[in-house]
Amino acid sequence: MRPRGEGIVRPRTAASALLRLVLFAVLGLFVLYYLLPLLVMVATSLKPLQEILTGSLISLPHQVTFDAWGKAWNTACVGVRCDGLAPYILNSALMAVPAVFFSTMIGAINGYALTKWRFPGADTIFALLLFGCFIPFQVILLPMARSLGLLGLAGTLSGLALVHVIYGIPFTTLFFRNFFITVPKAIVDAAKIDGAGFFRIFFRVLLPLAPSAFVVTVIWQFTQIWNDYLFGVSFTAGDSNPVTVALNNLVATSTGVTEYNVDMAAAIIAALPTLFVYAVAGNYFLRGLSAGAVKG
Amino acid sequence: MRTDGRRLLANPETWLPRLVVAPSFAVILVFVYLFILWTLYISFSHSGVMPNYRFDGLAQYIRLWHTPRWYVALANLGIFTSLFMIGCTAVGLLLAILLDQRVRAEGVIRTIYLYPMAISFIVTGTAWKWILNPGLGIERVMQSMGFTGFHFDWLVDSRMAIFTVVIAGVWQSSGYAMALFLAGLRSIDDEIVKAAAIDGAGAFRTYFRIMLPMLRPVFLSVFVILAHLAIKSFDLVVALTNGGPGYSTDMPATFMYAYAFQRSELGMAAASAVMMLATVMAVIVPYLWSELRAGRQ
Repeated sequence: MRPRGEGIVRPRTAASALLRLVLFAVLGLFVLYYLLPLLVMVATSLKPLQEILTGSLISLPHQVTFDAWGKAWNTACVGVRCDGLAPYILNSALMAVPAVFFSTMIGAINGYALTKWRFPGADTIFALLLFGCFIPFQVILLPMARSLGLLGLAGTLSGLALVHVIYGIPFTTLFFRNFFITVPKAIVDAAKIDGAGFFRIFFRVLLPLAPSAFVVTVIWQFTQIWNDYLFGVSFTAGDSNPVTVALNNLVATSTGVTEYNVDMAAAIIAALPTLFVYAVAGNYFLRGLSAGAVKG
Repeated sequence: MRTDGRRLLANPETWLPRLVVAPSFAVILVFVYLFILWTLYISFSHSGVMPNYRFDGLAQYIRLWHTPRWYVALANLGIFTSLFMIGCTAVGLLLAILLDQRVRAEGVIRTIYLYPMAISFIVTGTAWKWILNPGLGIERVMQSMGFTGFHFDWLVDSRMAIFTVVIAGVWQSSGYAMALFLAGLRSIDDEIVKAAAIDGAGAFRTYFRIMLPMLRPVFLSVFVILAHLAIKSFDLVVALTNGGPGYSTDMPATFMYAYAFQRSELGMAAASAVMMLATVMAVIVPYLWSELRAGRQ
């Protein structure tokens, strides 16, 4: 997204200079609008509880303390277990890494086979896969819960990872198909004439062209899977909960006074991995969003 | 036959692509299509706590449409979807037009507008639950600023709680609409904009008469995406209000979850899930149809 060559509002006259000022004021207000909740979260997490109960939501902490962070990390109670969020962060990581890896690899080879070896029916198969992007997952919750039970995976992290791989395939296939379709057919044809086969062309010719498609897909999948709540709450139990479910339980678990500082520290901890990814690779994140947007 | 077999072995490219796609295709056939059929069948069955395959006609649907809680969920879906779409579109379009004015530090501003999309709805819900806290949240900020009569307890007011979901939802998703609109504006040919300027059209005229009408497909995409997000919204409600007070902020997604996993009324849960699928399809299918037709032309 490059800025266009020439803007429409140009600072030439006093009136347009004023317009420019208004423009920046409005943009600045919205910067505050989006940042304030995050600042409130950080400030609250650094205050002692007494200061929260007597002070103001938007004031900076007088007395900075990291106690709430420590507690949110490994002593806060989630349900009856009081080990903080740390074990659930580990759960999410153990589940997300293989789920992202397998769904991305499957999507890559699918996208390649569907675009560069267009067998009869390839478009129909793609359309049927694509449908999986749009269904409300409520419609598969009951049979999935039952199937995981039959497979002996009910309430396990492996079961949750499997679910994420399955319902990630439509998205990853979409991303890679849209990428590989832009790769000129001539490149593949030249490799074929050189005698390269299906897998050789994939690994030696197409994959080296696709690092950006991989980054976009991995970021999309990681964000989706890390932030998922519906599958996590439906298919895991207690010790196998991912971090989103644990965070919600932590906030809901209150014995006596609600510790808002611990809640906020926990929320930031749960958000940090995806925020970090967004901070270092925001443009790829945006491309994933718009790629997902092309077809809804 | 033997020559056929040999030819196949010598030329794996005829079947390898199909073989590679086949497992994914099979998985989707089972886990999407077969599962939908299973849910559909359960919605026509006599299932209660356990699935029961005795056909029961429309009984579950009749029960569903006689459940007051379902009507609350539908009314909330209507309120939430319309306000969420209006809010995100208005904010997103405004910000996209403003950012399109050769703004310095555009990249930084854009990054800030979009970051809520990277975080979980559970985190958003937790944060806004604190900000909107009756007593300690915004209410006290306003009171300490001198508005001593200011009251804001929507979070615990069963008539107003659904609007807190809208507030948090718009905060999270409006940046997404902004990004889509901005990409749309940037894809408009510079020459058209210049021609309009030469013709003496002012900035506002250029946008409202020339550029926005060209964004029709983008508007359509934004509407479909937002509607899709709204119909599926579940996490945000759970984290912000947990459907409460009572079930006043229930939505079809939370209704379905409650009936499936808390009340163990599988038949009703399946029927509500089918209604959700039908609603999403009513939005998506015409859109995809028009997209595919446009793609072919």
